[in-house]
Amino acid sequence: MSVFYDHFERHSHGEGLKGHSTHYCPGCGHGLAHRDLAEAIEALGIQDRTVLVSPVGCSVFAYYYFDVGNTQAAHGRAPAVAIGHKLANPDSIVISYQGDGDLASIGLAETVSTAQMGIPLTVIFINNAIYGMTGGQLAPTSLMGQKTSTSPDGRTSAMGMPLRMAELIAQLDGPVYVERVALYDAKQRIKARKAIEKALRIQKEGRGYAFIEVLAECPTHLKMNPTETEKWVKECMEPVYPLGVKKDLTVEPWWDSAKVPSFDAGKLLTLIGAGKEPPTRHAKTFPTHLGGNDISFKLAGSGGDGAQTAALLLARASINEGFDATNIPSYGPESRGGTSYADVHIAQEEVLNPAAPDPMVLVAFNAPSFAKFASTVRSGGVIIYDSTVVQDLPPVPEGVRVVGVPMTQVAQGLERPMVKNIVALGAIQAVTQIFPGETFLATIRTVLKDKPALLPLNEAAFAAGQRHALTPA
Amino acid sequence: MATPALTRPKPFLEAEYCKGCLRCIDACAKDCITQGEHIHAGTGMIPVHLDLEDCNGCQLCIQACPEPFGLRPQLPAETIEGDFDLEDPSKLFGAKATGLPAAVDHPGIELPLSASEPLMLKGTYASAIGALLAGCRHVFGYPITPSTEGAELMAKILPKLDGAFVQAVSEVAAVNMMYGCSGAGLPCITFTSSPGFSLMLEGVSYMIGAELPGVFVNIMRGGPGLGNIGPEQSDIKLACRGLGHGNTHGIVLAPATPQEMLDLTRLAFELSFKYRNPVVLLGDGYLGQMTGVVRLPATLTKPGLPAWAVWGDKEHRPNLICSIFLTESDLEAHNVHLNAKYAEIAAQEQRADLYRCEDAEVVLVACNTPARMAKGAVENLRKQGIKAGLFRPITLWPFPIDAFKPLLAHAQRIVMVEASHGQLEDELRLALSKAELDHPPITSVQRFGGMLPQQDEIEAGVRAAALSLEEVKA
Repeated sequence: MSVFYDHFERHSHGEGLKGHSTHYCPGCGHGLAHRDLAEAIEALGIQDRTVLVSPVGCSVFAYYYFDVGNTQAAHGRAPAVAIGHKLANPDSIVISYQGDGDLASIGLAETVSTAQMGIPLTVIFINNAIYGMTGGQLAPTSLMGQKTSTSPDGRTSAMGMPLRMAELIAQLDGPVYVERVALYDAKQRIKARKAIEKALRIQKEGRGYAFIEVLAECPTHLKMNPTETEKWVKECMEPVYPLGVKKDLTVEPWWDSAKVPSFDAGKLLTLIGAGKEPPTRHAKTFPTHLGGNDISFKLAGSGGDGAQTAALLLARASINEGFDATNIPSYGPESRGGTSYADVHIAQEEVLNPAAPDPMVLVAFNAPSFAKFASTVRSGGVIIYDSTVVQDLPPVPEGVRVVGVPMTQVAQGLERPMVKNIVALGAIQAVTQIFPGETFLATIRTVLKDKPALLPLNEAAFAAGQRHALTPA
Repeated sequence: MATPALTRPKPFLEAEYCKGCLRCIDACAKDCITQGEHIHAGTGMIPVHLDLEDCNGCQLCIQACPEPFGLRPQLPAETIEGDFDLEDPSKLFGAKATGLPAAVDHPGIELPLSASEPLMLKGTYASAIGALLAGCRHVFGYPITPSTEGAELMAKILPKLDGAFVQAVSEVAAVNMMYGCSGAGLPCITFTSSPGFSLMLEGVSYMIGAELPGVFVNIMRGGPGLGNIGPEQSDIKLACRGLGHGNTHGIVLAPATPQEMLDLTRLAFELSFKYRNPVVLLGDGYLGQMTGVVRLPATLTKPGLPAWAVWGDKEHRPNLICSIFLTESDLEAHNVHLNAKYAEIAAQEQRADLYRCEDAEVVLVACNTPARMAKGAVENLRKQGIKAGLFRPITLWPFPIDAFKPLLAHAQRIVMVEASHGQLEDELRLALSKAELDHPPITSVQRFGGMLPQQDEIEAGVRAAALSLEEVKA
């Protein structure tokens, strides 16, 4: 019994008899399941590696007794906690020991999803058809007609029929071994002991997830003596919850218990796309000719116009020139169709306010965008719009320049309508002279470094945008 | 031929550990065990009576006994001949629960990170990269706009670093996976948004109770209920005053730029482990989605393993992760301990950023993206001759009252700028009240519903406050 503590220090500080007695009521099935589990852990030599998760229910105090790594969990959440432990240390042997209220009621989502994940974990499910800790309420596994404190006239189908967890778990693809056992006589106890050991061995060998349902006795809340309760489990529970192996797959070991995360700095930098090469700077100064040391843009269109990509390229170009920039995209439902717009700021030192309620430059890819934002453009600013799709121009504020560029038509001419945002970018460059054209081309080349085949097309689109912006129709 | 009785030990029972459940009686084929007749004076139970004359040592009674120290195999030394006196249990079993030595801290190490060019990152990505640099290789989450990209980036990168990203069945499961991973002593993070954060709070309370680290990035969106996915700041109350049930507090960090999303995420891990407590990073929807310049730090953290972890090895076997303290005096002592920790955090971890506050007559108070709008407003207002300054709390809890206090010497008006109905204002007022500080009138510029206060609205609010000040002066 080395897997039980020699002294139950955590049970009321181990004072008096509590140092060697469990908190369970006389005849409780938990004690037997504890013994089986302790013996199985010992037999497999996994005591040091074991982490036992005990969630709310009578067995929440399992950590009083088991001399293993212990963690106590919230009601129903033990499988999730177990996943956390198992992924943190793949070499640990993690056991989730749960009652019926915990596993089959409040924790059903965690129970099913964890089983379906199939990572090597062992779930011990104590089904005694009643809530013990809270005082004898209806459990999801209570029998039809069973009287409990919350079904005083007996369980009816309207309260839900008894939930057969072992069968439910066995029909999932994730688990490799599912068995229902009982504790009511010597023969069943031997089977239970073997099943629990097998479930743990499957985890030890890295073969997968195993689930053992144990029909257990709760004499106190069934209001019977322990012997009568054993008989009740055999005669009343077993017909509803047939014993036996529900699933037993032969699976080769697959779990990598030696996996250790990488902290390789170079690898991490590569993965996050951090480069060492400083970008070449093409601009001589910050484009203060556009009005100060902080210039705001709004790019607006429909989802698919590429406003977001153009905005990102614009901001990135500014960063590459050594200035600050921000880009706030519109996001959510409207980015999947409907209006799509982005606010961009570029600043000599620091962007203070990243929103662009009154942009210096508006790029409108369609008529609604033109109509919505034209009036917000500040005096001295410019509106660049797609003249292929915007026909009737709404009035614009005084002092605002309007430049039409047939973005769609140009893109169609290049046989790739998707590049109209690059046409727009070329137009922005030509109209505003914000940075040299090479700044943008270099940015485009960086972005497309993994797709070089697309480069000539994008360069052509950019050049066409510049050309059309300077020779408006 | 040897009989089993000679090779297998017979059962042995100390009466005080028998609860008289009688399960052993049916198990015995030889009828060696009978129901007792006398109530045990020490336990009030009626222990069974053993008569082992016919016992063949089959041990089925032992397997039927639910008590670990109930029926046990009789060791040779314990062979009973006639009456005997019971040994003192502590002598018999030893006083220690487990004989293992206490685990020691295995500290993390800082590895050099070679210099690289600044990155263009959106806020959620910056936070995710901050977590990677802080040594986090375990991420648990559930998709929710506008925070999901952080998880998506992790899902892409972590498998390549032999880490783990798990899309949990719900936020409730996600926070409990964090509880497990963190209980094993490793750093972990989740990315969520307001409704998801609500769901996680039960788990946060457990983590605080069990003293577990963990970083929660909440990209706040419009509420209550499903609300919308626009930016709001209406979880300040939740993060500062309502981290689940019970006596809870956690450091709440409020970044304002993608760079701070990275920097403060790293800091969040450091503080979370330093204090063994969850840390919340509150962003707004704009900040989560906003792209900006991000510079990487000079080092990368390789986490160690704290002494308290339940790792699943011999060294850490005696450990327990637990938020139960059944005895009232124990739970009170635990809360006293937590309160001392909260007090230490409040004294040590206040952080704030001050912009043109040195002579400010009107002090704007804002955090997250609204603080950037407010900064733009301060710049403009100064040009208009209004002595405005921006006080930006970086820790919302603890509120950086120590840095605010000196401003009261010249501040005539305080203008709160926030995308909530005064939740930041409440934090300021509470901090002022607790510090017993007199303060000038507080007005506010508020937007909600998924919108942030805009710069012109802020300027108008400050001008109104300044005007009232002029009137008083006149």
